[in-house]
Amino acid sequence: MNLFIEQSLNGLQYGAFLFLLASGLTLIFGIMGVINLTHGTFYMIGAYIGALVFGSTGSFFAAIVAAMVGAGLYGVLVESTVIRWLYDRDHLYQVLATFGLILFTNEATTIIVGRSPIFMNIPGFLHGSFMLLPNLAYPYMRLSLIITGLLVALFLWVLVNHTRFGMLIRAGADDRQMVDALGVNMRLLFLSVFGLGAMLCGLAGTMAAPLLAVEIGMGERILITTFVVIIIGGVGSVRGAFVGAMLVGMVDSMGRAYAPQILSAILPASVADTLAAGLVSASIYVLMALVLLIWPYGLFPARS
Amino acid sequence: MKNAVKLVYTGIVGTMIGFAYVASATAEPVRIGFITTLSTPAGYIGQDIRDAFELAIGDDGKLGNTAVKLEIEDDGLKPANAKQIADRMVQSGIKLFTGINFSNVLSAVQPTVMQSGGFYISLNPAPSVFAGAKCNPNYFVASYQNDSFHEAGGLAANELGYQKIVILAPNYQAGRDALKGFKRTYQGKVLEEIYTKLNQTDFSVELARIRDLAPDAIYQFHPGGAGINFAKQYDNAGLRKAIPMVIPAFSLDAQMVKATGDAAEGVYAAALWTPQFDNPASRDFVESFKKAYGRTPTMYAEQSYDTANLIASALDAVKGDMSNADGFRAAMRKADFKPIRDPFTFGPNQHPIQNYYLTRFDKEPSGEIVQNIVGRIAENRQDAYAKECKMTF
Repeated sequence: MNLFIEQSLNGLQYGAFLFLLASGLTLIFGIMGVINLTHGTFYMIGAYIGALVFGSTGSFFAAIVAAMVGAGLYGVLVESTVIRWLYDRDHLYQVLATFGLILFTNEATTIIVGRSPIFMNIPGFLHGSFMLLPNLAYPYMRLSLIITGLLVALFLWVLVNHTRFGMLIRAGADDRQMVDALGVNMRLLFLSVFGLGAMLCGLAGTMAAPLLAVEIGMGERILITTFVVIIIGGVGSVRGAFVGAMLVGMVDSMGRAYAPQILSAILPASVADTLAAGLVSASIYVLMALVLLIWPYGLFPARS
Repeated sequence: MKNAVKLVYTGIVGTMIGFAYVASATAEPVRIGFITTLSTPAGYIGQDIRDAFELAIGDDGKLGNTAVKLEIEDDGLKPANAKQIADRMVQSGIKLFTGINFSNVLSAVQPTVMQSGGFYISLNPAPSVFAGAKCNPNYFVASYQNDSFHEAGGLAANELGYQKIVILAPNYQAGRDALKGFKRTYQGKVLEEIYTKLNQTDFSVELARIRDLAPDAIYQFHPGGAGINFAKQYDNAGLRKAIPMVIPAFSLDAQMVKATGDAAEGVYAAALWTPQFDNPASRDFVESFKKAYGRTPTMYAEQSYDTANLIASALDAVKGDMSNADGFRAAMRKADFKPIRDPFTFGPNQHPIQNYYLTRFDKEPSGEIVQNIVGRIAENRQDAYAKECKMTF
């Protein structure tokens, strides 16, 4: 039972981490209609800045602030120099441009920081594990990821549903031209949404850096999973991103935890091993296919 | 009269010296096709490989006594790229190749080089397909057959007395080979084989499973960033002190340890060499590498350096004449060079017979993590495929 609770927590923390990335991506994709492959790059930049600032100041708080500001500024720069010119173009142009930005940023990072992965220690107050139940200890670092994910979800819920800015975001997702015609500065709105998305990536990067290798290419590795999340959740919806992230986190973790054992109980060992390994790798894509079969626009599409 | 004879003599000798001088000046340097991975996150390995090879060449541009010219190309970790580069190099007349760092890249390039009648000397990957029945007289491996580290890992686990073990690797060819290699030599009980996803970054689920199974130790193979992630998360989950971890050396190389920090302390690795290796050749190498490049060499650098010196010995034997393929091959087989990894000889499949060591990552009083050698786990060990190779040596 303890193991099941622990594995559920693992699913939850993976979901929370995915949500930090997916919430920004879904807003950018849904509202601005831009396919932004650089999203993973913002996350990488956040991790690098976080690790470097934490290494030199020793303050985790300073690392988070610096990473969010740094990634946010880079997001604003990318929007105003590259993406802005591509809103009216086909998605293919956006894919090409943002893919080019991945290559550019990776090489630039290599030149500035070097090719070897850099180190970030676990902040002192997050060392060790919390005794949730007798015989069930869970690392503070991972608990803090769950809490951060929930806080960001709460923040975005308030922002989107109870502020003027959020109202414009929702309106923009529904009918961009109409909002524009009403005299709202869409350019500024897009810039803010893009910057916000990049800031959340920076936060995710710093939160993940103590447990991960901070290296070139770490962004591309999580990008596809993040797209799966927003497609399951429905493009443009923060609520969808939250539900999608939790679903993907849970299905992936539970699949890894239990699929091999369940299959080996009902099938001969040789078949079960290969099948389980394949199923574990594919579980979230199977989930996506099933969701899309029933809800072709995802669970909570912003535009119906 | 006497003077006249002397004059003639001087003239003849002088002309001969002159000819000899012209001959040596016009002798073209031997071109070496050096295809390696310099871009992508794995580029630091290619950088170490290239730098160590250039260190062996030195400022005079000579390997041993033979002038060489390295033609370095980046394959971007793409087999198709590497094959194109190799085709072009073969057409431009290059006969000697090395440098590749990944098995999948080598698998694409090796047949091209073999068909052209050239030589390929591997300084790192050695997939099983080329080690057994498909061994080739022009293909040498100066590093180790791919399975060897995992077999040594099994021997290490035996030596450390671990009765029950959990083994983990990513779900792809090299991962499955790794666990197969481990099981070939391990004598205890494998409680569970866990296959992780390729490119997986979070291992919390697997760590919970390991804690639940409570083995004596684990053996895991995760290359590159995944290896760093695994080690850091293993430590964070509080497992590092409770359940020892055994790995093949390349799961945690000198550069990766910098990104892992104290999470590497106490980890056991099966290895061929570490910077703490205690012989004069190794100390010289580590010192001159540090002096030249300002960083500690990885095992890849060491393999590259040994490969360069091996090639040097064979080039000197044929005086830089690569058209003498039989002579070059015979000299290569002798492996008559001064290896850092002493002793070093070739088996019938032209893969090395060498020693393997149990090493442990320890924390120095200065806080630095170093890879100390605990003991020898295998002496003059040959790979499992040598007997399938039907070459006459």
